[in-house]
Amino acid sequence: MKSPAAYADIIQYRFNPLEKSKLWLWKAVRTVMIVGFCFIILFPLFLRLSVAFRSKADIYDPTVLWIPRHFTLDNIKIAMEATQYFPALLNTFLISAGTTIVQLASCALAAYAFARLKFRGSGLLFGLVIFTIVVPPQTIMIPLYLTYRYFDLFGLIKLFTGKSSLNLIDTFWPFLISSATAMGLKNGLYIYIFRQFFRGIPKEIEESAFVDGAGVLRTFYRIMLPNAVPAIVTVVLFSFVWQWNDSYYVSLFLSKVKVLSTQLMDMGSALGKEPDLVYQSMLLNTGVLLLTAPLIILYLFVQRYFVESVERTGIVG
Amino acid sequence: MFRKSLTLSQKKQLYGLLFVAPLILGLVLLFLLPLIQSFRFSLSTIRLVEGGFAVDYKGWSNYGSLFTTNPDYPRKLTESVVNMVVNVPIIIIFSLFAAVLLNQKFRGRALARAIFFLPVILASAAIANLDISSFVGGSTLSGSSGESGGGMLQSFELKKMLTESGLAPVFVDYITGAVDRIYEIISSSGVQILIFLAGLQSISPALYEASRIEGATGYEIFWKVTFPMMTPLILTNTVYSIIDSFSRNSINALISETAFKSFEFGQSAAMSWVYFAVVTAILGISTAIISRKVFYYD
Repeated sequence: MKSPAAYADIIQYRFNPLEKSKLWLWKAVRTVMIVGFCFIILFPLFLRLSVAFRSKADIYDPTVLWIPRHFTLDNIKIAMEATQYFPALLNTFLISAGTTIVQLASCALAAYAFARLKFRGSGLLFGLVIFTIVVPPQTIMIPLYLTYRYFDLFGLIKLFTGKSSLNLIDTFWPFLISSATAMGLKNGLYIYIFRQFFRGIPKEIEESAFVDGAGVLRTFYRIMLPNAVPAIVTVVLFSFVWQWNDSYYVSLFLSKVKVLSTQLMDMGSALGKEPDLVYQSMLLNTGVLLLTAPLIILYLFVQRYFVESVERTGIVG
Repeated sequence: MFRKSLTLSQKKQLYGLLFVAPLILGLVLLFLLPLIQSFRFSLSTIRLVEGGFAVDYKGWSNYGSLFTTNPDYPRKLTESVVNMVVNVPIIIIFSLFAAVLLNQKFRGRALARAIFFLPVILASAAIANLDISSFVGGSTLSGSSGESGGGMLQSFELKKMLTESGLAPVFVDYITGAVDRIYEIISSSGVQILIFLAGLQSISPALYEASRIEGATGYEIFWKVTFPMMTPLILTNTVYSIIDSFSRNSINALISETAFKSFEFGQSAAMSWVYFAVVTAILGISTAIISRKVFYYD
C-alpha cells in the first residue's frame, strides 16, 4: 500500500508532459553519468587485462587496439618468475587471513565491551582508540620496529629464557601480536564500526538471554555475533583487502620473507635485464594484475553481500 | 565459607575489563610507549650498539635542522598539505554526488554499485606507486594513447569554455584539474561513497513525503532535506579523507627512507612529529569550521 503522496507523484509524472520530459531528461543524464564513471573505473582494469596477453610484437603495432593479435601467456610467465609468485601468494594469503581472523576476534570483543559492558574509564579508553586512528603510523614507526626487533615483554622474556631479547623481524609474529591486541592496520576503525553496530542491537534481546541464564560470554557469541553479520562481513572484507594491499607494515617488518606487495615494488629491479622500457612497463602492469587478481575474484563472489551489508552496518556519525 | 556472589552489573564490568584486556595491553605496549619513545627519539640521536641501541639526548636540533638544512622536507610537507587541501573537498563533493546517484532506483543498480566500490579493493599504495597509465599512455601503446589524447582535448575545451564564461582563473584551474584527476578522485572516494550511502538510507521517507506534499521540487528537497541530514556525515567523511590521504603521499616515503636508508632515526622521528602536528592542526581547523554548520536531527 503506497501513501497518497506517492500516488499523486505517479499521476503527475504519468500525465503532465512537462514533468514527464523532465523525468526522462534526468534519467538520460543519470545514465550517461553512471556509465561514464563506471567506464573510468573499469578502463584501467580492461587496459591491463588487454596488455597482459599481448606479445612483444603487438606493442609497436598501431592496429592492435584491444584484442591482442599474437595472444601469449609469456608476460604472465615472466612476471610470475620475477615475483616468485606462488610462494609470495601463499605468504600474503597466510598473513591476510591470519590477521583478519585474529583482528575480528579482538576488535569484536573490545567493541562489545565499549558498547554494552561499561566499566570505569571505558569512555577514556575509547577516546584513546579513536586517537590511534588519528595518529599517522609513521609517527610510531621506528619505536614499533625497535619493539619487535628487540622484543621483550616488560622484561619477562629475559626473566624466563635468559636471552636479552627476541628478534621478531622477518617472522609473522609482529602481525599476529598487533592484531591480537587490536593495534593492527586500521583496527581503531573496525572497533568503531563494531561498536556502532552493537549499540544498534536492541537491549531486550540481550536481557532475555541473561534471564534465560546465559553468561556474558555466551550472550556475546550466541546472541550478539549472529546479529552482527553485516558488520562482520564489512570488517572481514576491509581487513583482508587492506592487509593484502598493505606495503607499509609489510616492508617494515619483513625483509627476507616475500609477499606480493613488496615483491611488486621490487619487480622493477628484478626485471633490470630487460632493455625495452615499454616492454618492462608492460610486465610491471602484468604484475599489478597478478597482485589484484585474487582480490577481484574474491570480490566477484562477495560483492552483492558486501554492498548490502555495508548499507546496514550504519557506519554513521 | 560464604562468599557473596557478584551482581550482574559488577559481573558485566568485570567481563568488560576482560574483553578489553588485550586492547589495553596493545595500547600500552604498541601505541603509547612507542609514541613517547618516538618523541624522545626526535630529541636525540640514536646509535646502534651491540645487542641494542643507545640514545643520546641533543635537544631540539633535529627539528631545527629539518627546516634549515634538509633539502626535501619543507618542500614535500607543503606539497602533501596542498594536495590534501585541494583533494579533500573534491572527494567529498564527488562522493556525495555519487551516493545520491546510486541511491536512486534504476536498472542495473546492483552492478553499478559493485563497480563503484571496486576502487576500495584496488586502492593500494603499491599499485599507485607504479601507476602504469601514464607510462603506457605516453608510449606507442595505441589503445591508450588515443584515450589520453581525447582526455587532454576535453579538459582544454572545458577550460576555454569556463574562462570565456567569466569565471575566475583560480576556479577554472581547480575544476579542470579535478576533471584531469578524475580517476585518482574516484579511486580514493570508495569508502566515502559507502558512508554517504548508508546515511542516505537512514533518512526517514516521511520527510521526503512531507516535502513532496508541500510542493517542493527535487532540487529544493536535496538542499533542504538531504543535505542538512548529510552534514554529520560530511564531517565524518572529511576527517576520514584527511586521515586516508596520509597513507598515499610522498612524505611517508621520505620518513621511511630517512629511517631505514640513511639510518637517521632521530631525524625521521622529528619529521613524523612535525607532520603529525600539521595534520592535527588541519583536522582541528576543518572540524571546527564544519561542525558549526552541522545539523543534528535529534
